[in-house]
Amino acid sequence: MTTLQTLRDFRKWAVQTARLCCGVPDYDVYVKHLREHHPERPVPSYAEFFRERQVARYKGTGGRCC
Amino acid sequence: MSTVSPAPSHTAIPPSPAGKILWAAIAIVGAWCLGVVALRRGEPINAIWLVAAAIAVFVIGYRFYGRFVERHVLRMDASRATPSVLRNDGLDYVPTDKWVVFGHHFAAIAGAGPLVGPVLAAQMGYLPGTLWILVGVVFAGAVQDFMILGLSLRRDGRSLGHMLREELGPTAGVVAMFGVLVLMMIVLAVLALVVVKALTHSPWGTFTVACTIPIALLMGVYLRIIRPGKILEVSIIGLVLLLASIWAGAHVAASPAWAAAFDFDASALAWLLIAYGFCASVLPVWLLLAPRDYLSTFLKIGTIALLALAIFLAAPTLQMPALTKFIDGTGPVFQGNLFPFLFITIACGAVSGWHSIIASGTTPKLLSSEGEARMVGYGGMLMEAFVAIMALVAASSLHPGVYFSMNSPAALIGTTAQSAAAAISQWGFVVTPDELLDTARNIGEGSILSRAGGAPTLAVGMAQLLHGIIPGEGMMAFWYHYAILFEALFILTTVDAGTRVGRFMIQEIAGLAYPPLKKTESWTGNLVATVVCVGLWGYFLYQGAVDPLGGINTLWPLFGIANQMLAAIALMLATVVTVKLKRERYVWVPGIPAIWLVTCTLTAGFYKLVGPISFTAAAQKYAQAMQDGKLLAPAKSAAEMQRIVTNNYVDAALTAVFMLLVVTMAAFALRAIARAWRVNHPTAHEEPYVALGSVPTTGH
Repeated sequence: MTTLQTLRDFRKWAVQTARLCCGVPDYDVYVKHLREHHPERPVPSYAEFFRERQVARYKGTGGRCC
Repeated sequence: MSTVSPAPSHTAIPPSPAGKILWAAIAIVGAWCLGVVALRRGEPINAIWLVAAAIAVFVIGYRFYGRFVERHVLRMDASRATPSVLRNDGLDYVPTDKWVVFGHHFAAIAGAGPLVGPVLAAQMGYLPGTLWILVGVVFAGAVQDFMILGLSLRRDGRSLGHMLREELGPTAGVVAMFGVLVLMMIVLAVLALVVVKALTHSPWGTFTVACTIPIALLMGVYLRIIRPGKILEVSIIGLVLLLASIWAGAHVAASPAWAAAFDFDASALAWLLIAYGFCASVLPVWLLLAPRDYLSTFLKIGTIALLALAIFLAAPTLQMPALTKFIDGTGPVFQGNLFPFLFITIACGAVSGWHSIIASGTTPKLLSSEGEARMVGYGGMLMEAFVAIMALVAASSLHPGVYFSMNSPAALIGTTAQSAAAAISQWGFVVTPDELLDTARNIGEGSILSRAGGAPTLAVGMAQLLHGIIPGEGMMAFWYHYAILFEALFILTTVDAGTRVGRFMIQEIAGLAYPPLKKTESWTGNLVATVVCVGLWGYFLYQGAVDPLGGINTLWPLFGIANQMLAAIALMLATVVTVKLKRERYVWVPGIPAIWLVTCTLTAGFYKLVGPISFTAAAQKYAQAMQDGKLLAPAKSAAEMQRIVTNNYVDAALTAVFMLLVVTMAAFALRAIARAWRVNHPTAHEEPYVALGSVPTTGH
């Protein structure tokens, strides 16, 4: 039970890290944020959220190193 | 002096007796290993000594110096609300677990730099490079990353440019941003040149790298239309296809008809890369840039882990001597004395100015507590230094004869295995033509001569290490091309993304003169700025590809000077803010590394402007030969001679620009320091203190 929980936590951590490395923040956190603070706004699907973030990543400066 | 503010509670716990004993033990082991690395002469040592010494230095540096900077210089306070908490928007500003932030930060700072510089510096032996990486990272590189992160955390996660404008004045901000743009063009050119050098007349390598384009397009379509947002899934598919393309590459190289189609010389490859860079940066990001980015990010982390594992399992002997005679400045890989050129050649891994842009970019918007900044900022840079140490180990564990044949220009060793073996044996590194030919055959290439740029040398080193662990017929060639592919993949990602970023910067500058050009959606503005951006780095890339000394020899010092210039600017900002906060006691923490980097960049710049190894001397040599009606290799016509003269004058002018930039920024910094020193209250532009507990969870 606890081992299983640890494995689940690790998987969640790994997925979150891997996505953030590609500039995609945590979807669940964003949905939670929207529900709590902006209940009037529509909640995007993961696909929509992903597309918006994908474009946003390459707009700014910096980003990666030599 | 103001009074010392209360230290954050988590750092105030006094060490237990067991803890003291542990740290004493680490210190003794570290000192012993370092002693072996530095003092044992006459017999080759095992790489594990060097790796163990590095780990001990990093751990001690992190625990003691990192904490000193945290508590006394930055005064990080775990009770203070960070930008992610104050401005939480669920997208850019999100309080995030510290290990996730660490992974993100490391993936963003680690690139090709720490893999190339240490390999080039190995010509002086493994000792100078090792010592500079260890001392440099603890006292300069990690301090820079950590301090810029700390300053940005206190300023709503603002960028380096913004902080420079606020603390040093608006003009200083503009000067620094101009410097960043020029640095970026040089970075893109020199990295693209590393790829060119690795793929020249290598059908196998060229085929596999070319395959990454259709693979990325396929991934892009999959991720956009078939299975939106499934990054892991598509990355696994991409990885399988990449490995298949390495396998297919062997057959391409074996077939004369196919091999001819993928066999290019340096200038043809340069043109192909320029065309590719243009296309990649005007196409929609989801189609080519983003999928390639995902693949290269995962491959980068995975391969770094693989390299670490290989070094620990294979435990190679360092065949390169601790010091070679080339510390006198006569080396074939790069010219110039140990001071200042070692400190310019190894930039990334010891101290890298580019990190100051990352540390004031996304990372400060994700940290949920100031107490975690040391781990991410200081610790992240120590990890990069470890990558640099591994690259140095991989290069130093090669036969020195093989190392020098791969990294010396054709002008010094000729173009046949016989001439190369004769020249290198004469330098004191005895090697036979057969050994060079065997190495080339083992890695599945026609020749290993004059493949400067770090990537091929590292690839041979990695292939030999991995082959030692997993032997097998033909496996060394597979590993070699895997390593080349991995480096080419993430360099090309940097080229794509950098061209895009450069395009936005150029549009912003052009927008000052003619506002319509600023619109990033406009196709005219987009195309014009992309052409300018590609033209700028493409010019230096092409010049490197046709350079008589092999290109890396010319461009790497320019890159090193530029990167250290940015690091000097970042450390100057940290120094100014330390004084403005009235913490003058600790001004030496960022101040001494800033002075050191200014000294290195100005001295190296001076040697590149006047004297025997300067761009000016090279230009005059070719100009004199033209007057005498002679042709100097590799120029084949008077027009080519003229081009070499022009290129060298351009490089000399650029060096002068960098020096001027450093001096200007130093003047701005000194002015700000003098003003802040005279007043007796803090004058830094920090955001006011907000206690973490007082921020309502229902933000805005």
